[in-house]
Amino acid sequence: MDLAFMAETWLALLAGLPLTLRLAGWSVLCGGVLALVLALMSLSRHPALVWPARAFVFVFRGTPLLVQVFLIYYGLGQFRPTLQAWGVWWFFREAYWCALTALSLNTAAYAAEIIRGAILSVPYGQIEAGRACGMGRLTLARRIVGPIALRQALPAYSNEIVSMVKATSLASIITLAEVTFIAQKLIAQTFRAVEIFICAGSIYLLINIAVTRAILGLEYWLSPHLRAAPREPPASEAAHA
Amino acid sequence: MPEPIVSATGLRKRFGRLEVLKGVSLGAEPGDVISILGASGSGKSTLLRCLNLLEVPDEGEIRVAGESIALRQGRHGREPADRRQVERLRQRVAMVFQSFNLWSHMTVIENVIEAPVHVQRRPRAECLAEAEALLAKVGIADKRNHYPAHLSGGQQQRAAIARALAMRPDVMLFDEPTSALDPELVGEVLRVMRQLAEEGRTMLVVTHEMGFARDVSSRVLFLEDGRIEAEGTPAAMFGNPASERFRRFVQGRG
Repeated sequence: MDLAFMAETWLALLAGLPLTLRLAGWSVLCGGVLALVLALMSLSRHPALVWPARAFVFVFRGTPLLVQVFLIYYGLGQFRPTLQAWGVWWFFREAYWCALTALSLNTAAYAAEIIRGAILSVPYGQIEAGRACGMGRLTLARRIVGPIALRQALPAYSNEIVSMVKATSLASIITLAEVTFIAQKLIAQTFRAVEIFICAGSIYLLINIAVTRAILGLEYWLSPHLRAAPREPPASEAAHA
Repeated sequence: MPEPIVSATGLRKRFGRLEVLKGVSLGAEPGDVISILGASGSGKSTLLRCLNLLEVPDEGEIRVAGESIALRQGRHGREPADRRQVERLRQRVAMVFQSFNLWSHMTVIENVIEAPVHVQRRPRAECLAEAEALLAKVGIADKRNHYPAHLSGGQQQRAAIARALAMRPDVMLFDEPTSALDPELVGEVLRVMRQLAEEGRTMLVVTHEMGFARDVSSRVLFLEDGRIEAEGTPAAMFGNPASERFRRFVQGRG
């Protein structure tokens, strides 16, 4: 292996890092907000809210992200006159917005299920204790259900974020010059696929190391109740815990 | 006769085909300590949970502090007509659960000040000071910064009692507060409850602790099959029970 070449490649690939990070960051953020809405819809008692949410999750979880990207970028192009009439063509004309839309909708479907599961996992007795104190729905959601569900959701959610970081590489297919796109361009010029893809992979790896460490830290910070007691209790009391 | 703080008239409740309450009435006046006894499935927990609307009775009226709780027929059965009224009245009727139900993500002291600060909107400093005093009273002041998972069952239940007291309730409901505890931890919880009774607090206690019912309560209610089979003072009930079924129930427990 040619280390000098790899170092050079690595630096060249870094030019795509800001776009990769922007795609990952915004899609996780927008997808997360949408996921919360979807999760609340599917937990509601109104069929008119439950079924659209379920259908959305079913479709976007059940089809490949690559197909979704193609459908939004190339597929919607066929409806250009309609989209222009609606005044949203400027949005779907841009590969960036199409990629972001596809990534956000896709992660929303997965994250909605993570959030739904986390909310359902909150022990019912703790919800009941809140109701018995006279808490209204909002107070209950903000003070009891939300914090407990958040801790529950974090490990699964960190998986989802890691997946999204990697999924941004699909944006290369619709001409977005993120890390993978630049890698492919370099390979076309040099035919040195192994070195270049190793460099590209290492960039994703580094991003994900940072992501998982950050969420692990957040988890630790949010879960003092799962760690040892502040001052060591006598052995006999620890046994009851 | 003083106005009851909590009263129920003609409560009926069914779960599917099972009718759990078949017309139960009771009233608690200030200072009453009412023990509610009965076999499993007799409806005693359901009765208690109807009083703060954790269960909505299918028929009957519930009054708290002179106010009748408005109920209406909803799509999923009977439901409170005014959610805010229920939320307001629940603050006057605190509940202690069999399984403690402390909020696992909060320390003991945070559990105790949660409702006073975030429901009753009282000043945090005042609530903290009061919470410290309550924790000292139930004997776990040194555990103030522990999380529930780090406490024994008896300590958790005492924390739950402190949490209930922090609401400054008019009446306290205890739903089998010692049934989930190891035998050696039952005493510490009963001691706290006995102390509360001696202070003149109004309490309704669903329990299997015959000693508590006999020695501490001012009135004993015996439920069987969704009805009040017998009621009276502990002396009358345990000394010379008019109800053959209650006699057998007590003897069965030794």
